Amino acid sequence: MNIRKAGFAPRIVMLLFMAYLLLPLLATGLYALARDWQDSLLPTAWTFSWFSELLGDLRFLSALWTSLYLCLISVALSLVVMLPAVFAITVYFPHWEHFMKGLVVLPYAVPGVVAAVGLIRTYSSGPLDIAGTAYLLVGAYFVVILPYMYQGIRNSLLTVSAVELLQAAELLGARRRTAFLTVILPNIWPGIIVSSLLSFSVLFGEFVLTNMLVGGHIKTIQVYLYQRVGESGHLASAIAISYFVFILMLSMVLMKLGRRMGGEVSK
Amino acid sequence: MKPRNRGVILALLPFLLMVLAFQLVPAVSMLAGSFRQEDGTGFTLGNYLHALQSAYYMQAIKNSLLISITSSLIGIAAGLLCAYCITRFTSRVRDRLLMLTNMTSNFAGVPLAFAYIILLGNNGVFTLLFKQWGWDIFGDFNLYSWSGLVLVYIYFQAPLALLLLYPSFYGIREQWREAAALLGAGRWQFWKTIGLPILAPAIFGTLGILFANAMGAYATAYALVGGNYNLLAVRIGALVAGDVVTQPQMGSTLAVLLALTTLLAVYLNQRMARHAESFGFGPAAKTGSNGKVSLRLRPAVRKELGQ
Repeated sequence: MNIRKAGFAPRIVMLLFMAYLLLPLLATGLYALARDWQDSLLPTAWTFSWFSELLGDLRFLSALWTSLYLCLISVALSLVVMLPAVFAITVYFPHWEHFMKGLVVLPYAVPGVVAAVGLIRTYSSGPLDIAGTAYLLVGAYFVVILPYMYQGIRNSLLTVSAVELLQAAELLGARRRTAFLTVILPNIWPGIIVSSLLSFSVLFGEFVLTNMLVGGHIKTIQVYLYQRVGESGHLASAIAISYFVFILMLSMVLMKLGRRMGGEVSK
Repeated sequence: MKPRNRGVILALLPFLLMVLAFQLVPAVSMLAGSFRQEDGTGFTLGNYLHALQSAYYMQAIKNSLLISITSSLIGIAAGLLCAYCITRFTSRVRDRLLMLTNMTSNFAGVPLAFAYIILLGNNGVFTLLFKQWGWDIFGDFNLYSWSGLVLVYIYFQAPLALLLLYPSFYGIREQWREAAALLGAGRWQFWKTIGLPILAPAIFGTLGILFANAMGAYATAYALVGGNYNLLAVRIGALVAGDVVTQPQMGSTLAVLLALTTLLAVYLNQRMARHAESFGFGPAAKTGSNGKVSLRLRPAVRKELGQ
């Protein structure tokens, strides 16, 4: 690993790059706190009123609530469905993993707008008319986070050598379900939490599917933000910044957890 | 043996059902829809012919391709430069920088478009400032046009390129550099004959991801230009769920075309990743704890989901 101090050129390049990346964020932050900001480098007057107005806005709170519970339900459903499935595949059908890899790469490779077309076609008529409902959205969300959940669960299973653990447990007389619940699950739990949080933050920022599938009926925080952008710039900045801070805290927790787990594994 | 199998099937069944219902059936339905006549019956290639002959749809495809290629190329150039620079720092500083990069990658889609409107929009802070100072460098610049879209796309492409590329730089051993120097190779010659060929699979693979990412980008473009700029992703959205008359068959056709390009690009990425791995220079080949790196990468890679 490189232990020398970085030269002059790399420092300048990275400094410029970071400035470029942080500038839009900074501007949004300043705009959210500015009372008035026109033709001057920095705002001339500051205020918290945009944030207080936001917190008093029932539509914002209900959008936040909608986002939270939709994401939570989707992640919980994904956990309940994926945990046993990935476990069964990793342990009993390792030769299926090739197929699984293809399946899991699909949501990566197929843009959200394309997925939405298929979903609208399938569910806007016929026997299962659930267009515009939360059921459809939760199903779509399930596919969106499929790659993260699959990879997270699979990696955790491989890191703790689930197959060997299971064999040892069975050798000692545990039944399979008992072994899964009392031996495997507690061991992979930290990894599961990390991938759940990651999935949650992905869903929290989802806009395409939400807007196309249920945009008119269900307002998540992203749809709400999109609708408010046209009305008041300052207010929209306040929403954007609150959203960003929330996601930031989430990813901090994620990184901490990830680092702790990384440390444990390398020990 | 029997009851055991039943348990395993019970574990797999919900998963298969969910994937079938929300991934495979919609995909097949979309594919079938693209071959349907306008009234929804029969089989026809007419939709594809229409899409490829219509100047309007071809313009959308062309615009999307151009923006994706341009933003990917600029993004990868910036990403390469930064990835090289970031490996020059100590690992502590490097991790800090990567964390910052990763952090800003959460700032995508609608909020990002909005931030750029504040900065460079018609009444943007910089637009007004530059006007006041009499600077004319942004004279021709219009955020709600091609140049603006490219600028905003680069904002999410460059960090993604950096995050995907930097591990590959650790595949280039310090010893090789020394050996090349001992044999009389200059810095430029080293990169031309050793460095870049080693990085090539990673570069092409990342290019595939960036391209697919830009082709599928919907939220940013939608929030920035709405229907005013003809882009494939936005066009599809309007055809299927728009306020105008919806044309589901045409939407399916364009969606299939879009999916083909992104699938191809991601396939290229997978091929290249395998190629790189077979040489032992795969991403994270020398970074020690694999899980840590991939974990750090994943939040960035989510951009592919069509933000």
